[in-house]
Amino acid sequence: MSYLLETLLGGLLAGIMYSLVAIGFVLIYKSSGVFNFAQGALVLFAALTFVSLVERGVPFLAAIAVTAAVMIIVAVLVERLVLRPLVNRPPVTLFMATLGLSYILEGTAQALWGADVHGLDLGIDDVPVSIAGLRLSRFDLIASATAGGLVALLALLANRTRMGRSLRAVADDPLAALSVGVRLPRIWRRVWSLAGLVGLIAGLLWGARSGVQFSLTLVVLKAMPVLIIGGFDSIGGAVVGGLIVGAAEKLAEVYVGPIVGGGIENWFPYVLAVGLLLARPAGLFGDRTVERV
Amino acid sequence: MSSMAPTAPLLRLRDVSLSFRAIRALSGVAFAVRRHEVCAIIGPNGAGKSSLLNVVSGVYRPQEGELTFDGRTARHITPRHAAQWGMARTFQNIAVFRGMSVLDNVIAGGNLSFGATWIEQALRVGRAARAEREARARAERVLAFLRLQRYRHHLVSALPYGLQKRVELARALAAQPKLLLLDEPMAGMNVAEKQEMSEAILDVNRDLGTTVLLIEHDMRIVMGISDHVVVLDYGRVVGDGTPTEVRSNADVIRAYLGASRAAA
Repeated sequence: MSYLLETLLGGLLAGIMYSLVAIGFVLIYKSSGVFNFAQGALVLFAALTFVSLVERGVPFLAAIAVTAAVMIIVAVLVERLVLRPLVNRPPVTLFMATLGLSYILEGTAQALWGADVHGLDLGIDDVPVSIAGLRLSRFDLIASATAGGLVALLALLANRTRMGRSLRAVADDPLAALSVGVRLPRIWRRVWSLAGLVGLIAGLLWGARSGVQFSLTLVVLKAMPVLIIGGFDSIGGAVVGGLIVGAAEKLAEVYVGPIVGGGIENWFPYVLAVGLLLARPAGLFGDRTVERV
Repeated sequence: MSSMAPTAPLLRLRDVSLSFRAIRALSGVAFAVRRHEVCAIIGPNGAGKSSLLNVVSGVYRPQEGELTFDGRTARHITPRHAAQWGMARTFQNIAVFRGMSVLDNVIAGGNLSFGATWIEQALRVGRAARAEREARARAERVLAFLRLQRYRHHLVSALPYGLQKRVELARALAAQPKLLLLDEPMAGMNVAEKQEMSEAILDVNRDLGTTVLLIEHDMRIVMGISDHVVVLDYGRVVGDGTPTEVRSNADVIRAYLGASRAAA
């Protein structure tokens, strides 16, 4: 019984890490209806910038501050050079632009910092801790606390501020949003900055777990089923989706894996997502069906 | 009605010209909208009516001419300026925030009146608590004015067309505009809905004193609610006066009324 619980909790904690990546997508999808293919590249770019600064002797907190500033500069550039020239184009055009952007970001990261694999030490020992007789990963606990705090902050921002309301307004009808005085470029800069900062946190946690390398961009593949399950436009959905995916893949690996010969952790979330698509095309918490991604 | 108003007009356009590459949408358009009047722009399809409204609200930048609004003159403005100066608008194709409640739509209309920082807003402290309360109170007044209270928590996308149009009007009113721009507010409505919308526009004009500039096709409605009619044809002003004056203008009859009578 405690083994089942440990598996379940371990899965949930890992799932929070997926949520963290998914939230970056949700922020941009909510405000512009665009699936941001470059989110994985933002995660890599942030993690690589941070780790390279630390390796060059920049103190930990200073490196975080500098990287955060870099992510905000990236957001400003994206708004100015990509989004503004493409205003009023259909979402599929913007999606293609984010596809291109992901290559530019990866290329820039490589040109600036090289293609080596870096280890990232956040100073958190990944030792098991015992809570109520259950052995849990200390790293996972800290990661999920971080993610939880971030989610609470973003939820406050989205639901209670004028910016949140403007964000939803822009997503629904950009022209009408302009007419009530919303500054579209400013909203975009802020949303992309937020997505970049979320990417930084996700990059640090993922980088600490599996090393900072180019395969970090592939965390988006983990975010896909999370988004499908939770809905593309719901931050709460991204959290719950992440938890479901994390728990389900661990449980499936442990209890179904031996029957089919193991290795199902990687594809099980997709099966889950496809199953859910059949039942609820908008995801568990999505407002609307996703027409184009 | 046709006598000169004692005060300066609220909106004045001088020689406004707008082209999209080779297509000339507006040429040398000039007219004025007096304070507290209902001014209708009429004209056949493609006459440039919507382009004109888009110039006034800052969506399009005209290549020539200038615009004076409430004492401020500019060559062209942005939608943000238009909102800040006291204009609010609705769109020909309904443009509501579909995923939001009626109340949130209307609150969003008063977007510019928030003075608090986002931290204050998130925590509902300081100026934000008051701003949010005031925005809500203002939205509730607009909802009551347009008899939308019972729908306040409905998702806009779930409402019938006529009501969505009224929500759009409510959102525009929430900004407490000096000038209300309405692009075909009655397009696609049935007779009863048109009647209701006409009454709502007249209520806004009389009770709130809001100046209204609207585009409308239905001549009976235009003649019924307008103080002032401007006729556009091929991007030029071909008539400007009271409904009675315009109705008897030969150019106007040729450009618009004749066609509409033949079609009817």
